[in-house]
Amino acid sequence: MSHHELNARRLLCPMPVIRAQKFIESLSAGDTLDVVCTDPGAKNDIPAWCRIHGHRILEMKTVERDIIITIEVGPRAP
Amino acid sequence: MTQQRKAVALISGGLDSMLATKVVLDLGIHVEGINFYTGFCVEGHTHAIRNKHQARPKRNNALWVAEQLGIKLHIIEVIEEYKNVVLNPKHGYGQHMNPCLDCKGFMVRKAHEWITENGFDFIVTGEVMGQRPMSQRRDTMPVVARESGANDLLLRPLCAKHLAPTRPEREGWIDREKLLDFHGRSRKPQIALAAKYGLNDYAQPAGGCCFLTNEQYSHKLTDLFAARGKRDYELDDIMLLKVGRHLRPRPNFKVIVGREEGENNYLEGYRHQFTHLRTVSHSGPLALVDGDASDADLELAAQIVARYSQGREANQVSVSITRVGETARIVEVVPFAQDAVPQEWHV
Ligand code: SF4
Repeated sequence: MSHHELNARRLLCPMPVIRAQKFIESLSAGDTLDVVCTDPGAKNDIPAWCRIHGHRILEMKTVERDIIITIEVGPRAP
Repeated sequence: MTQQRKAVALISGGLDSMLATKVVLDLGIHVEGINFYTGFCVEGHTHAIRNKHQARPKRNNALWVAEQLGIKLHIIEVIEEYKNVVLNPKHGYGQHMNPCLDCKGFMVRKAHEWITENGFDFIVTGEVMGQRPMSQRRDTMPVVARESGANDLLLRPLCAKHLAPTRPEREGWIDREKLLDFHGRSRKPQIALAAKYGLNDYAQPAGGCCFLTNEQYSHKLTDLFAARGKRDYELDDIMLLKVGRHLRPRPNFKVIVGREEGENNYLEGYRHQFTHLRTVSHSGPLALVDGDASDADLELAAQIVARYSQGREANQVSVSITRVGETARIVEVVPFAQDAVPQEWHV
């Protein structure tokens, strides 16, 4: 199990979701990913995308201008 | 056991693609959604930029639709490839800079590539015959099927009964009898079907799904091409066309003035790429200068920026001007009077 970080600062929605989606393709179930973004729209979009793909949001926090969303990758669909 | 058939549905976030998907889901097909991000999409970000819309939910409608339907959604970025659609549409433009027919063909072609790579059987769209003047006419619907290469793997459940049976119908993967016969511009059948499914909160995009159907936006895009002397763009260009007031006082440069805090914050991200101006003596917007501007041009830009600052009534306003990679210099300018900014400068 490994932890990763994705810099999605300054990208406007839906780009943070697209980048997260691409990144997660290379990860395995149980891995975690911090998506660091600045568009507040990501606070809705990334959790929505995770819900429909079976990934889990572990934490969402704001540090200065950064929004950090921590995702735990769910099991791959058969 | 019969094979579980799989379809991919083009999800725009609007009602039609939502209903089309629902119809096919109800016929026992495994459906996943696909949504293409061209850079021109009307999705969430303009709301994210502009503070005053922050009361509204900043949801991405395509994701929201997928969640309502309980399907996966794949958002695919096609910014580079889409340029050719916008710049060289074989079938021309609609009312504004919208190349709808080529765009539909492009998206269905991408979806066709996707189903080939992912082992899916067919493609679903929410098109309704006669609904849109360009891409959804009896004579243009076959063009999309043909030019995309999807041919009879393209199913339009909402108006299938007006069209020749597609492969999913002929092979019995789905029952043609259960498909619909919507036609024309009236939205009543869709609204009734939505009610039947218990769907009442859906997006109703006016005109189209992207900024290219917007008159002002199209005007800004044409202005950009004219000023640069070539028809081309980068993602940053087309994003900036969605933000701020755009004024072109001289052919060689344009001023982009933030209209509120959200826009100013967004424009701030571009300070390292553009000459930028900000009022110092009074609070005011951030402005970027696009183009090759002389010092005199920048003083003119400063007068414009001062006009949109709290100092608009003052005799003099100090404005800082920073060229890329240089330190700021301060100029004292007389703000333009309310009505002294010529209308034709507004792009
Ligand atoms: S409105 Fe925009 S996204 Fe929709 S078909 Fe036309 S060009 Fe394509």
